Amino acid sequence: MVERSPWFDAFCHLMLVLGVAAMCLPLYYAVIAATHSLDDVLRVPMPLTPGKELLNNIQTALAQPDFVRQLINSVILAVGVTVVKIAASFTAAFAVTYFNYRFRALAFWMIFSTLMLPVEVRIVPTYEVAANVFAPLNWLLGGMIEVDLQWNLLNTYTGLIMPLAASATGTFLFRQLFLTVPDELLEAAKLDGAGPVQFARDVLWPISRTNVIALTVILFVYGWNQYLWPMLIITEPSMLTSVVGLAKTLPGVSDSVPHWHTAMASTLLISLAPILVVLVLQRWFVKGLVDAEK
Amino acid sequence: MGMVDIRGVEKSYDDVKVIHGINLSFAPNDFVVILGPSGCGKSTLLRMIAGLEQITAGEIAIDGRVVNKVEPRDRGIAMVFQNYALYPHMSVRENMSYGLKLARVDKGTIDAKVRQVAEILGLQALLDRRPGQLSGGQRQRVAMGRAIIREPKVFLFDEPLSNLDAKLRHQMRMELKRLHLRLNATSVLVTHDQVEAMSLASQLVLMNAGVVEQVGTPTQIYNEPATLFTAGFVGSLPMNFFPGCVNDGGNQLILENGTKLPMERDLRAHAGKKIVLGIRPDALRLVPSPSDGGQVFQGRLELAEDLGSLRLLHLRNSGGGFAVAVAADTAAEGTLHAAANERDLHLFDAVTERRI
Repeated sequence: MVERSPWFDAFCHLMLVLGVAAMCLPLYYAVIAATHSLDDVLRVPMPLTPGKELLNNIQTALAQPDFVRQLINSVILAVGVTVVKIAASFTAAFAVTYFNYRFRALAFWMIFSTLMLPVEVRIVPTYEVAANVFAPLNWLLGGMIEVDLQWNLLNTYTGLIMPLAASATGTFLFRQLFLTVPDELLEAAKLDGAGPVQFARDVLWPISRTNVIALTVILFVYGWNQYLWPMLIITEPSMLTSVVGLAKTLPGVSDSVPHWHTAMASTLLISLAPILVVLVLQRWFVKGLVDAEK
Repeated sequence: MGMVDIRGVEKSYDDVKVIHGINLSFAPNDFVVILGPSGCGKSTLLRMIAGLEQITAGEIAIDGRVVNKVEPRDRGIAMVFQNYALYPHMSVRENMSYGLKLARVDKGTIDAKVRQVAEILGLQALLDRRPGQLSGGQRQRVAMGRAIIREPKVFLFDEPLSNLDAKLRHQMRMELKRLHLRLNATSVLVTHDQVEAMSLASQLVLMNAGVVEQVGTPTQIYNEPATLFTAGFVGSLPMNFFPGCVNDGGNQLILENGTKLPMERDLRAHAGKKIVLGIRPDALRLVPSPSDGGQVFQGRLELAEDLGSLRLLHLRNSGGGFAVAVAADTAAEGTLHAAANERDLHLFDAVTERRI
């Protein structure tokens, strides 16, 4: 849009500044709060300039019981979701794009329809399955024979990761990429003697590299920021993820003093991992979303 | 028995039959060119030889072995694709050696072969580049290298030159021919470009609408086209066609434009039949005046095309138009007369469209 008038320019800049402020002020508040002592933080209004207590607060945060353990849990969850989801969607997309079998379209659309059912929507049945993976089987067979198979995934990494990793976003992305790969490439590989596995490993996977990196960034942050599901299925403090653990350090009702200064220091520490992933991979991330390198 | 034998091969997609019973045999060391217009089934035939398409009926044998059920990699063939189909993420070296790597050939042998093939094709300096960093001609060469390194009995080329510009195409055409002579293998090339076909083929197969129209050397096909289709398709200047019939005496052609051509050939067997007469523009020459009853065509100059080495005059008379190729410096205007020798006249039955 080309519109040249000083008033319009000023208006645009004003809106931009407001937008930036709305986005960044909470973050600024968090950083500031992490640098003050408890007394300063609880003062009204809270000081808007940095204090001197940052290192102290960080030390206190690190000293919280299970804090480091919970960070590790978060890493396991985020990496697990990323790896499982990429592996599953790559193979699923490969299957629905390159193989001809009955019900192929049905399979694809069933995967696709799960896009409409995120974890939050199906959280009760998902919890039931996590509590006993064999529950649906028991129910199915219950009419015929007396069965009671048990496989409990509550308070396990598997139960934490699997429901979050099962979704269609990645499958769809890979399928769209595979559709742009010329058929002759597959035929050339066939003539070279490559079977489906070799073709997927030696040709498709390297071609998908930028897509994989973009997905890694998105999925890692997605996994890291999970709140509702981990809170539901994890009850042992040592298995909690940091995001949930952080929320639990703050009192829910006003029965004690909220330690905002250490909570914010923890927040900064917890944010480091996704920031690091984004910083390291962002160059490829943008490239992967913009151009499919062919 | 040839290197490649195609016996009664048919191909259908669902209910649509695209190839109707083809029988061909390619001798060892032949350079076979399959020529035909788009959609005639020539690429499908090539892909059936390669094993990339199922054969609906009939059988294909390579070096005496029926390969209908044999995997592409085990057929002893190599193929060069129109768009080269190089692996975009692999270097030239990896592109050429991928097949050998999958066949678990040891590294030393692979290296030696890559070096040897790179030398044949002049790719030594480019071995570590990616396809994206190469020009069209270089990619073409890498694609050929990937084929050569397999040491196949039969090379298959699917319109390999059509993505190149005119000058490079000419150069690569010569290179292709030189390579064929050097490699001692059977080559099968599919193209719709008849200049390419004429210049490369030792055996030319002309296809149309899923059937073989004619098989022969380029000279045979050019000089004695067996069907009306062949006559019209082969030759860089399109042939002139004149409908007409043979007179009752069998010694004269009466064309629909009114021209009467006395023939020395005995056509009594075809007396009274409807025919189509074909004459190539370069078989016609301008003559000063209509000699009495000779084989002369007459027409008014409508327009002239200068093609560099020659000039193409488009003449028109009451019965339609035709073209005459003359030397580039020929000046001409008004009503002109053109004559041809009897041996340059191609006669076709108007009903069966076969050569008389």
